[in-house]
Amino acid sequence: MSIHIPTSLDDAVALLHELPRVQLLAGGTDFMVEVNFNRHDVHDVVALRRVTELQQWQHDETSNTVTIGAGVPYAEMENGELARLFPALAEAARTVGSPQIRAAGTLGGNLGTCSPAGDGLPVLFALDAVVNLASHRGKRSLPIGEFMLGPKRSALAVDELVVSVSMKTTTGWQGYAKVGTRNAMVISVASASLVLDSESGTARIALGSVGPTIIRCTQAEQWLQTQYDISARKELDEAIATEFGLRVSQESRPIDDHRSTAQYRRHAVGVLAKRLLQRGCVQ
Amino acid sequence: MSPSIVRTRRDTLGTSALRPDGGAKVQGSFAFSSDVWADNMLWGATLRSPHPYARIISIDTSEAIKIAGVETVLTAEDVPGQLTYGLIESDQPVFAAGVVRYMGEPVAAVAADHPETCRRALAAIRVEYEVLEPHVNPEDSISGSVPPIHPNGNLLRHQRIVCGDTTVTGPVVVECEYEIGMQDQAFLGLEAALAIPDADGGGVEMIVATQWLHEDRKQIALCLGLPEEKIRLTLGGVGGAFGAREDISLQVHASLLALRTGRPIKMQYSREESFFGHVHRHPAKIWVRHHARNDGMILKIEARMVFDGGAYASTSAAVLINAVTHIQGPYRCANAVVDGFAARTNNPPCGAMRGFGVVQACFAHESQMDKLAQACGLSPVEIRLRNAMRTGDRLITGQPVESVAPVERCIRETDAIALPPQMTSSPHELLLPGGSGRTADRQHITRGIGWGVSIKNLMYSETFDDYATARCRLENGIVTLKFATSEVGQGFITLAPQIARSVLGIDTVIVDPMDTTIGSAGSTSASRQTWMSGGAVDGACRLVRERLFEHVARQQNLDPLQLEIDDTDIIDTRGTLRISVSQASAGMTFEETFEHHHRPTEDLDENGQGNCHVAFAFVAHRAVVDVDTELGLVKVVQIATAQDVGRALNPLSVLGQIEGGIAQGLGLAVMEEILMVNGIVKNPSFTDYLLPTALDAPDVVAVLIEEPDPQAPLGAKGVGEPPCISVTPAIAAAIRDATGRAITRVPVRPSDICL
Repeated sequence: MSIHIPTSLDDAVALLHELPRVQLLAGGTDFMVEVNFNRHDVHDVVALRRVTELQQWQHDETSNTVTIGAGVPYAEMENGELARLFPALAEAARTVGSPQIRAAGTLGGNLGTCSPAGDGLPVLFALDAVVNLASHRGKRSLPIGEFMLGPKRSALAVDELVVSVSMKTTTGWQGYAKVGTRNAMVISVASASLVLDSESGTARIALGSVGPTIIRCTQAEQWLQTQYDISARKELDEAIATEFGLRVSQESRPIDDHRSTAQYRRHAVGVLAKRLLQRGCVQ
Repeated sequence: MSPSIVRTRRDTLGTSALRPDGGAKVQGSFAFSSDVWADNMLWGATLRSPHPYARIISIDTSEAIKIAGVETVLTAEDVPGQLTYGLIESDQPVFAAGVVRYMGEPVAAVAADHPETCRRALAAIRVEYEVLEPHVNPEDSISGSVPPIHPNGNLLRHQRIVCGDTTVTGPVVVECEYEIGMQDQAFLGLEAALAIPDADGGGVEMIVATQWLHEDRKQIALCLGLPEEKIRLTLGGVGGAFGAREDISLQVHASLLALRTGRPIKMQYSREESFFGHVHRHPAKIWVRHHARNDGMILKIEARMVFDGGAYASTSAAVLINAVTHIQGPYRCANAVVDGFAARTNNPPCGAMRGFGVVQACFAHESQMDKLAQACGLSPVEIRLRNAMRTGDRLITGQPVESVAPVERCIRETDAIALPPQMTSSPHELLLPGGSGRTADRQHITRGIGWGVSIKNLMYSETFDDYATARCRLENGIVTLKFATSEVGQGFITLAPQIARSVLGIDTVIVDPMDTTIGSAGSTSASRQTWMSGGAVDGACRLVRERLFEHVARQQNLDPLQLEIDDTDIIDTRGTLRISVSQASAGMTFEETFEHHHRPTEDLDENGQGNCHVAFAFVAHRAVVDVDTELGLVKVVQIATAQDVGRALNPLSVLGQIEGGIAQGLGLAVMEEILMVNGIVKNPSFTDYLLPTALDAPDVVAVLIEEPDPQAPLGAKGVGEPPCISVTPAIAAAIRDATGRAITRVPVRPSDICL
């Protein structure tokens, strides 16, 4: 077993090329759990904390695009400028584990693990984020919907790493809500993120923990646009919110497992969708 | 309303003396038993069965032993003494031999130079299993419909209680079946021990986190085939216990590895292994029918109680007895027919956990009291007041409650505690059900209020003489106390010096390490150490005081019976003598040992009659919860409680037990459960076995009811278990109040509320 501590993205990418069975380590909040459960035969580890390119985020105001490095911890998204730009991301970040976990855990880790319960992922999907990847072969970018393929399966090649995610800032309301059976520090049983883009008059909603991967409810989104003028944001008829919730829950594909039942998840995610929409239309 | 914490000049009885280890624990410098190291030590690790039930066809350790750094691999064949152990019945193999009966049962152990080497060695052991269909339904054990999975049979115990006129019926009848899930003690300090072999290989010294050093020693010695005096145990730093350290876990394995390798062995479980390494709270199904008069007075109780004991006996027989003898709750009842069964299955073994059988019974009887209240048109408070037990009432076992029984006062004083303020129009988002998940807004929340009242026996029952020993030495103005009482966080290490200061008027009190060089203190469980070890320390200190008074009386030519301790002085009650204790004892050494025994108890006969318990404590809880009825999420807002403590010897410590017990009872009410499918544990981690966080913990408003118990050496009743018992049904009742749902099962799952 070897540990490598590259200090540049080029070095990190080169290591990924050289070491065939390498494990990437950022916050370690997923990886170390796997190690402790003996689920990984750990060979070579590339620790990414000192790769400065991954630790930063930028706001390009001309293109209204924010790019968040894969190594930026959730703690940095909870408050401050990032939270102002993406309130839904801040809300999701605040639900990630404990303060200690949020100081270590990263969006890159969420993407790399690609669990349907990853707290940040519904927000990224609802924001139409683009995932920026790098390998010795070069760089590429994928819409997040094409990046996430299934439960803990992504389009990430074995010699590739997540460099950052890019999102356009939006005008309008955005939010996130997550059901767990404890009031803090809990893994998601069902979650949802809603973005009401008042400029384009579109709504985007993505669901966590209710399918093999994060689910975008495109049919419910389109239905909502026919029922409600998102740009005008006038008072929302409760019947529309209820119907929206139902339609969202119909697009979920949950399973029974030890954390909950499919029936509850389907119900809960519909309630979340309804409430998020009502929250978004109250202001 | 909560007890005021007053700092005084002297940390005597009744003051809120601070824990001597509190600072170290807060700062992280306290040495838990997992922090102990020795030169030249090896690491030990355990191979466990992945199957709930399987025949072992073969075990091949040859590849494991070849790995560089692996010193030894042990299996059942290497156990030199008794092949099984157990607290009541020796039925649990040190290592599985021929068959595994639960997922996680130890099959082999290795010693190696590094934990990683151990891990590889375990992976290299080849065990061939013939997987069998697990027997997981306790009803099959009762009916005898499945073949025995153990030579001792599938029924661990059946106990019946028949009391009074069983033909009595009442105009009001309420009945229901209740279910309680499997809770884990989930102490934060994982199982850990360091075993150091004697140079001649003839004995072992062990530093271990346990609840009862002497019982561990007895069981280790039997399995090693060594005399008890060859095994010497010292208590390591214990990070919580809650019953899970009553049964031995890694003690025999570590000792065997140490003797085999001749080197110190360190063993410590991971969190996952811990879930398999200790017993859990029994899951139970309890059917109860109450007959009552129209005015709510209980006429008869009928109950059938089924406890799933899992694969091995542990303390199931005693847990069951607590369950059947407490099913009436703290209420008068003249007639009863109760059947209790503890069944053996291929589920994980269950045994002691805080509340010990009474938790399950209490959820059933308190849920019934609310049903009864509703049927009679009474409030939850009124139904309980009308039926409240009083000192001298008889239990359905025929035993008179000679302990002070201030049940009515517990209820009234809890009722008098102010309710929390109504939720504001814009409450802090974190305080709503759903917490940081921000699932709810104000309009989604309904508030509910619920009640729970309980009775809990103290000390061991059914003829068990669980005595406690303590020694007191007064030398040159310094008191040294010695006892084997396990300090598991409950605070005896704080209390013992308080007792010595009060009895002897000396402020400098040293507590020697807790080990087996003195007689047994019994287990730190059953809410018993304040009473039992407290009685022993008090007794030893009083004997020393007698010697001291005799000495002073001889010197001063006085009658020793005239002397008294006044603060830190000895005074002559009929004269003028006043001399400080340290001065009076200068140059002298007094040393006395005292054993405290509680009064004898009886076995239950075949009709469940007999004075089987020593004493009782009572408590009332009122829960206020906010429920998101659409998502089924709960926030417990406030727990009000009045607890019968006898006498608060350290109010801060009592409050600590109350707050901690409430958190644990809240866990059982709304989130803590080991989930199994056909004997397979699905959630052995803190990701999926959820414990309450600070955000889940409610405001606790506590009143201590101090009516000293004349039977108790210091007037004080045990306070450890009662806080966690009736809080669970109180929360369940509050959820019922908020939702109108039946709620017949704990933990209450979101789907139980909203689907």
